[in-house]
Amino acid sequence: MLKKRVWQILLATLLLSSLILTACGTAAPAEEEAMPAGDAAVEVFSWWTGGGEAAGLDAMIGIFNAEYAGTEFINAAVAGGAGTNARAVLATRLQSGDPPDSWQGHAGQELIGTYVAGGQIEPLNDLYEAEGWLAVMPETLIPLISDGGNIYSVPVNIHRANVLWYNPAVLEANGVAVPATVADWFTAMDTLQAAGVTPLALGEQWTQLHLLETVLLGSLGSDAYDGLWNGSTDWASAEVTAALADFEKVLTYTNADAASLSWQDAAQLVINGDAAFNVMGDWAEGYFRELGKEPTTDYGWAPVPGSVGVFQFLSDSFTLAVGAPHPEGAEAWLKVAGSKAGQEAFNPVKGSICARTDCDASLFGVYLQSAMDDWASNIVSGSLTHGVVANDSWKSEIDTALGLFVADPDVASFQAALVAACAASGPCQ
Amino acid sequence: MKRLYLGKNWLYIPLILLVIFYLLPMYVMLVTGFKSFAEIDLQTMWNLPKGIAFDNYIEAWKVLSPSLKNSFLMVIPATLISSMLGSLNGFILAKWKFRGSDFIFPFILFGMFIPYQSIIIPLVQFMSAAGIKGLVGLAMAHIIYGIPITTLTFRNYYASLPQELLEAAKIDGADMLKIYRLILLPISIPSFVVVLIWQFTSAWNDFLFAVILTGNTEWPITVALNNMAGSQIISWNVQMAGSLLAALPTLLVYIFLGRYFLRGLLAGSLKG
Amino acid sequence: MLKNKDRYLSIILISPSILAVLIFIYGFIGWSIRVSLSNWKGLNPDYTWAGLKNYIGLFSDPRFHVDIRNTLIFTSVFVLGSIILGFLMAVMLDQGLRGEGFFRSLFLFPMAISYIVTGVVWRWLMSSATGSRMSGLNLLFTNLKLDFLVNLWYNTPKWGMAAIALAAIWQMSGYTMALYLAGLRSVPAELKEAAQIDGANEIQLYRHIILPLLAPVTLSALIILGHMSLKVFDLIIAIAGKQLPLDVPSIYMWQTTFDGLFYARGAAIGILLLISVAILIIPYIRYTLKTEDL
Repeated sequence: MLKKRVWQILLATLLLSSLILTACGTAAPAEEEAMPAGDAAVEVFSWWTGGGEAAGLDAMIGIFNAEYAGTEFINAAVAGGAGTNARAVLATRLQSGDPPDSWQGHAGQELIGTYVAGGQIEPLNDLYEAEGWLAVMPETLIPLISDGGNIYSVPVNIHRANVLWYNPAVLEANGVAVPATVADWFTAMDTLQAAGVTPLALGEQWTQLHLLETVLLGSLGSDAYDGLWNGSTDWASAEVTAALADFEKVLTYTNADAASLSWQDAAQLVINGDAAFNVMGDWAEGYFRELGKEPTTDYGWAPVPGSVGVFQFLSDSFTLAVGAPHPEGAEAWLKVAGSKAGQEAFNPVKGSICARTDCDASLFGVYLQSAMDDWASNIVSGSLTHGVVANDSWKSEIDTALGLFVADPDVASFQAALVAACAASGPCQ
Repeated sequence: MKRLYLGKNWLYIPLILLVIFYLLPMYVMLVTGFKSFAEIDLQTMWNLPKGIAFDNYIEAWKVLSPSLKNSFLMVIPATLISSMLGSLNGFILAKWKFRGSDFIFPFILFGMFIPYQSIIIPLVQFMSAAGIKGLVGLAMAHIIYGIPITTLTFRNYYASLPQELLEAAKIDGADMLKIYRLILLPISIPSFVVVLIWQFTSAWNDFLFAVILTGNTEWPITVALNNMAGSQIISWNVQMAGSLLAALPTLLVYIFLGRYFLRGLLAGSLKG
Repeated sequence: MLKNKDRYLSIILISPSILAVLIFIYGFIGWSIRVSLSNWKGLNPDYTWAGLKNYIGLFSDPRFHVDIRNTLIFTSVFVLGSIILGFLMAVMLDQGLRGEGFFRSLFLFPMAISYIVTGVVWRWLMSSATGSRMSGLNLLFTNLKLDFLVNLWYNTPKWGMAAIALAAIWQMSGYTMALYLAGLRSVPAELKEAAQIDGANEIQLYRHIILPLLAPVTLSALIILGHMSLKVFDLIIAIAGKQLPLDVPSIYMWQTTFDGLFYARGAAIGILLLISVAILIIPYIRYTLKTEDL
């Protein structure tokens, strides 16, 4: 009897191990394809998996494959709004010592506060010199993506955050001009609200953070706004209180169901004529065009009131990992990302403008051309929501404070929470 | 007996109401899956599409089909093995109380509650240190983290079976494995159905472990689906078409397994 | 009495599971506890001792208070709703009606659909827009002259979480139905016949015989649904996005760990979740085990 039972157990173990071995067997060849030996590959991590983003990435990959035909490009993109999934996967890989060669990140404190602080990305000054990028990237951009004199990423594109989208027909029907100052904006929105039109379309919490940063910029002006992030503006000061009060007032002009709208839904309100204004980055323009709408006729744009002449930017950029398995492949990729050809292939498709100032304007549509002009002439400030001015910890504390404020508006406690956030994770003492 | 069958047909009324409740969201999914991008608007969500074009489904299929094989390779062994383990464990814990078995059940059960976000970092580190990669690692993770719930389901199912069943067999001289094979397995079928449904669904639909434990050549269908959504401008029409396609294998599993929801087979063995 | 060889066999067969659970669950919980007692903030691990600082911080954290409120609302609505609905559906389908297979597969199907799409569809359905922009279920109710049903759904202040629980019930009650169906099918026919011979009507049959027999199934369902409601994460984000009024501990944990890099705080949230589960579940299991042995 014992023998029979032992047999059964052995049989079960055999079955189990054969299952596992077959799975191993089918997995192994795939593994080898993924990670070829030697330097003839590069693994690039991003969150560009769908729509215009993926098309733009594919165009850049096309240029890469043409120039570096011997090097295999491994596209490890994982979707998730603003890269939340990609960043989690990246974190687990970095902590087990298995970095990809290069990854996408928002240029600025998001990269510096996380990866430079963690010693995970290499400085790229030599590459910048060799490729002559310092001559073609705007001067005001370089300090914002550097730390201690070292430049840490190669920006591929530039998006603008402080854009006020509007419906020209709605404005005309109500006799409202496009406002340039915050006071004008309130007057305009009062008129619209009296006429029964939703003045400002707003969406879920992250779009509210986006709105906050543009209102802070519009109320404080670019110097004081920049000061918030480098420690020279006191978060507890009266001017910040006034700016937060402006923000509170702006919120009163928004749609009551904001929390249940995605950024696309909110932008669509403007296109449909259900709202007059929407503050959103200029990826909204790509969305409008995908809906088949025409610039200036179906939608118009202006800088968010109070920030005329200031370009509040964000940039997607690529890094070089410390301990990259294929450093030569990674450098090759970075060269393409920073090259005129690469950026000209990527940006028109993606719906953003080049980080380089020498891209061919004729490749871009009406809005993007005006953005390119502004980029070359305006003062440059950074976005909060999209990782330029504040590191991830600081930003997440501000976001929590904002959530609590919108649920229960109290400027004083909001300001106190912001002061605490700066002390905990920013340069304030 | 006549009382049982009186007016049984009135049950169709609440059933139809339930069908409406369940079908409403599916109607929206189906209808949106046939719309073009420009038609997607919160205002017109209930409207039928302007035309029935299968473009979205074709596009979704192109994106999703390479990962289909990965999903099957991983899900089938994971589901079968974790269900078998659960059945064995449940049998032992419910009917063969040895010293300490009353502690082992809560010990295993508690493991169900661990939030996956807490453990992905040590899990990845363990897998990399042990050299276990890709779909094998993913299947292993599903098996291991499936043990608590499969054990729970089977243990409770077996606990509700009368002890006389086993006593009769023991008197006949059967030992544990024989009882398991000849008596318990045949009547476990409804419970197996429930467990297989759960394990298949949770392994098939899992995103977190899939994206963290596998590389881009071995991603199962959930990651491909998530990637299809994109990060910024999401094309809901293609996304819904893709999700319905991705849910089809699971639906087929439900339909196939549902046939095994048989009436209890206990009647025969008790009389003997 | 358990024969020796059967006892050894039991132990051998169950030990792989015990080993796996020991390493992959309790070992990792141990790691998590260590992190929660540390100062780890930022990408690189930092295990310097911080005592109970993270836990104390959470108790006075307004966001965590919102989380607890939302978890209580969600868990009670979701678990009760799924169990009641699942049980009723199982009873209805156990009557031998025609089309049982169709109904059963239909009620199970929502569980198979990816959370991304389920989430966005419910977001559209539960739109709280008013006036000319009214949409979703509110629009349907208005058109069917059921105006009293129109509400703010998950935008309802404080109680909005209950609406999300509705979407979760839609997704999961089919599974509870399957659990109960399996349980009902294992009730011996003789027991039911004997009761009917004794003159019991349907309600008495269910109350006195079937429901008590299904108690272990109810325990399973409670635990499975309970564990799901503590872990629910993807569905909430897919429906409502990441927003504070609908925050739950698992979302807070994810955001604070991977978006904010506060690893120690995230681990503390996870451990608090586990402790709260332990306080609820363990006494219940011990009570159940004791009553089973009677």
